Amino acid sequence: MMLAASASTGWFLENAFLIPLIPAIGFAIIIGFGRRLPKGGSEVGIASMALSLAIAIGATVQWIQRVGSVDEGSGEHALGGVFGFARSVFPTATEGGHGGEAYVEPVIRSWTWWQSGGLEFGLGQHIDGLAVMLLLLVAFISLLVQIFSTEYVAGDRRYTHFFAALTLFSAGMLVMVLAENMIQLILGWEIMGLCSFMLIGHWWEEEANSRAALKAFFTVRVGDMGLLVGTAVIFFGANQWAVENGSNGFSIQAISGWAMSGEASTSVLFWGAVALFIACIGKSGQFPLHTWLPDAMAGPTPVSSLLHSSTMVVAGVFLVARLYPVFYTGFDIGGTNVNLIAVIGAITIVIAAALAFVQNDIKKVLAYSTVSQLGYMMLGLGVGAWLPAVFHIFTHAFFKCCLFLAAGSISHSGSHHSFDMKKDMGGLWRKMPITAGSWMISTAALCGVPFFSGFFSKDEIIDNAHNNGYTFFYYVGLVGAAMTAAYMTRATYLTFFGTARGAAAGEHHDEHEAHDTAAHHDDHDADHGAHGADHHDDHHGAHAGPHESPWRITAPLVILAALAIGSGYLNAPAVGTHYFTDWVEPRGAAVELDGYASDEGHSEALGLAALPRAEEGYSEGCGYTDPSPGTVCYAPKLNHAEFSWGKAAPSIILVAFGIGISAWLSLGVFGGRRNPFVGLTRRFAPARWIHTLLVRKYFLDDLYERVIVRSVAHPISKAAYWVNQNILDGVVNGVGKSGRSAGDWVYRNVDQRVVDGAVKASGVVASESGHALQPIQSGRVNQYGALLFGAATVGAILLILLNI
Amino acid sequence: MYAANFLLLGAVLFSIGVFGVIARRNAVMVLMSIELILNAVNINLIAFALMNDSAEGHVFALYVIAVAAAEVGVGLAMVLMIYRNRRSIALDELSEMRG
Repeated sequence: MMLAASASTGWFLENAFLIPLIPAIGFAIIIGFGRRLPKGGSEVGIASMALSLAIAIGATVQWIQRVGSVDEGSGEHALGGVFGFARSVFPTATEGGHGGEAYVEPVIRSWTWWQSGGLEFGLGQHIDGLAVMLLLLVAFISLLVQIFSTEYVAGDRRYTHFFAALTLFSAGMLVMVLAENMIQLILGWEIMGLCSFMLIGHWWEEEANSRAALKAFFTVRVGDMGLLVGTAVIFFGANQWAVENGSNGFSIQAISGWAMSGEASTSVLFWGAVALFIACIGKSGQFPLHTWLPDAMAGPTPVSSLLHSSTMVVAGVFLVARLYPVFYTGFDIGGTNVNLIAVIGAITIVIAAALAFVQNDIKKVLAYSTVSQLGYMMLGLGVGAWLPAVFHIFTHAFFKCCLFLAAGSISHSGSHHSFDMKKDMGGLWRKMPITAGSWMISTAALCGVPFFSGFFSKDEIIDNAHNNGYTFFYYVGLVGAAMTAAYMTRATYLTFFGTARGAAAGEHHDEHEAHDTAAHHDDHDADHGAHGADHHDDHHGAHAGPHESPWRITAPLVILAALAIGSGYLNAPAVGTHYFTDWVEPRGAAVELDGYASDEGHSEALGLAALPRAEEGYSEGCGYTDPSPGTVCYAPKLNHAEFSWGKAAPSIILVAFGIGISAWLSLGVFGGRRNPFVGLTRRFAPARWIHTLLVRKYFLDDLYERVIVRSVAHPISKAAYWVNQNILDGVVNGVGKSGRSAGDWVYRNVDQRVVDGAVKASGVVASESGHALQPIQSGRVNQYGALLFGAATVGAILLILLNI
Repeated sequence: MYAANFLLLGAVLFSIGVFGVIARRNAVMVLMSIELILNAVNINLIAFALMNDSAEGHVFALYVIAVAAAEVGVGLAMVLMIYRNRRSIALDELSEMRG
C-alpha cells in the first residue's frame, strides 16, 4: 500500500483494526472455554484488553508522529496514495500553509464484507485523531474496569458470562469507533445495545433488574430506528456524489466530503441529521429518552462505570462528532441559529441536574450526572465547539469511571451492598480514605473546580458557546455548572461526612431483599464459603463494619483519580497546552481531489447553487464557503475561543456558590444544623410540588408506560393473541389430532385387514383433517379474504426471496 | 417518467382495498373495496403499458373495467336479495356456510 509522502504511518496505525478484533476473539474464547480456565475466563478478558491497549498506545504514538510529519511537510505538494475503492476520495494535502492547519489524512482501509444489488458493504478502519483518542480511552477504561471486576463480582455464579459480555461490549464500542462506513458503525452500535442488555440484566433473578434491562434495550431501540432511517437518507443523498468520486454513500469519509461540498440538498441533510440525532438521543440518554439510563443502574457497578464513562452513552456523542459535517451543515451550526442539538443538550443539562438533587441512591445521582454531562457534550457539539466537546468525553470518562468505581468500592466494603446514601452511608471518609480521596478528586473534576480536568473541558464548552454567539446556551451552561457542583456536594456530604448510618455504622441488615442488589448479595452469601472464612468475615461479620477495599479495587481508583487531574492538562489553555487541538481536531482545510476531472457535469450534478454567506462576519474556508471545484473539505473550520481568567470567572464563582449553598443546606437538612430551609417541602406547597415532580422524574416514565405502551402495544398483543388462539391453535391442534388418531389406528390394525383398514383409514384421515380445518371454514367472508391475501403475501415474499 | 409514483399509488390503493375487504362488515363497503383493488390493478397495467410503449396494457385495463362493472352488478343484486331476506347486510352474520 502507498501512503501520502508527507504523512508518516506505521504498523500500529495500519493494523488498528486488530484493536477490536482481539477482544472479539477473547469473547469467543471466554464463552467457549472460560468455565474450564483457572480464573473463570477473567484472565482472557484482561489479557485481550491489555493487548488492545498496547496496540492502541502504539497507534496513538504513531498518529502523533503522523500529525507532526504533516505539519512539518505542509506546503509541499505531495502526491497521495490510496487503498481499495476509496481511490479518488483520498486526498493529498495542498493547502494550509503554516503548521497546524494542513489536513491530516486519516488511515483508511477497507475490505468487502458482502455485496448486494451492485453495492459493496465494507468493513474497515477509519483512523483519525478522534478514533485514536477513543480507541485509547475505551481500551484503557475497559482494562481498569475488568481488573476492578475480578474483585467486585468474585464468586458470582455467572462470573464467566459477565467477563464474556464485558469483553464483547468493549469490542462493540471499538468496532464502532474505528468504523469506516455507516454499516460497520451500526454493527458496533447494535453489539453494544445487546451487551448492555445482557450486562444490565446480569442479576436477572430480581424482576426489577430484568425490567431495567428490557427498558434500556427498548428505549434505545426507539432511537435506533433513527439510526437506520438516517443512514438510509444520507446514503440516498450522498451516493451519487460519492460514486462520482470513487467511493460509496456509506463511507464516512465520503459522507463528510459530500456534506461539506455545497452540492448536497439541504433538506436531505437536515432530515438525515434529525434522524441520526434521534439515535443519539436514545443512545446518549438525552431528553426525552434519558429515562433508561438511571434504571440501568440495576446492573453491577463495573458495568455502570463502563457504560457511563467511555462506551455506550458516549456512542451517541461520538456519532455526532464523527459525522460532524452532516450535522454542521444540516443544522447550520455555523450560523448561530438555535438548533436541535444545542436545544436538546441544554434541556438535558438542566433537567438531569435537577433530578440528581432528589436521588437517595448514590449510583442514581451519578447516573443523572452522566446524563447532564452528556448534555454538555451535545451542547458543545451544537454550538460549534467540537474540540471542547470531544475533550469533555475524554476527561469525563476518567472522573466518571472513578466516581462509579468509588461507589462500587463503598457498596463492596463500606455499606454492605447498599447504595442508599441516606440509610447506609455517612462518615465513611475515616474508614475508606483511598476511596474517599479519589471520590473527592473526581467530584472536583466533575464540578469544574479550577485545575482539575473537568474545568478545562467544561469551561471551554461554555466559553465557546459564548464566543460563537450562543448567548442563551452560555447561561444554561453556567447554571448547569452551578447545579452540578451543588448536587455533587450533597452526595459527597451524605456519603462521606456526617454521622454514620445503617451499614456504614456497622449494623448488619437482615432484610436483604430491601437492597438493590439482593440477588448479588445472595450469591455472595452462597459462594463465599468456598473463599475462606477470613474473606467471609470481612464482608458479613456483624463486628467488621466498613473498611477500605482490597488493592484490585483501589488501584484502578487511584489511577483514575490521578488522570482526573492530569488528563485536563493535555488541552489546558490556562497553562498554554493545546496538544488535543493539534492531535485530535480534524483540520478544516480544503484538499485536492485526486483524479478530479474538470468536466462540467460535476459541479452542477444536483443543480444546487452554492450559497456563500455574504452577511456580517463573512469568513473564508471550509464551513464558511463551499470548496472550490476540484477540492473537497472533510471538516468545517471552527472558531476557538481564547481563554482568559476573566471569562472563566463567572463559572468559577457559580461553582463555588453551588458548593457553598449545597454544603450549607446539607449541613442543615442532613446534619441537623438549623437553617430556614429545613423542612421547606413540608411547609411550602410549591416546593413540595417541585419535589414530587422531581421524585416522579417529570412523570415521563408514567407517560411512556401508561399512555404510549398501553395504547400501542396492548391492542397489537390482543390481536396477536386472538389469531394465535383461534386460527393457529385450531390448525395445529387439528393437524396434531389427525396425525395421532391415524397413528393409533395403524398401530392397532396393521396386522389385520390391511386393505380394508387402509380404505377406512383414509376415510378417517379425511374426516379428521376436515374437522381440523373446520375452524377455518367459519363462513365469514372477511376471514376468507384475510386468508386469501395473507397467502398471497406469503407467496409473493417467497417469490421475491427465491428470485434473489 | 414517474413510474415509481404510479406504482406507489397502485400499491397504496391496493392496500386500502385489502384493508376494506378484511375489516369492513358492511357488504356494500366490501364491494367498494374490491373495486379499489381492481382499480389499483388498472393503474399498474396502465403504468407498465406507458413504460413499455405498448397498447396491450390499455386493452387489458378496459377489459378489467368491463368485468368489474359486471361483477358489481351481480354483487349488488346479491346484496339486495340478502337484505330482503335477512334485513341486514352485515357480513359477519352471514355464516351459514360454516363447515
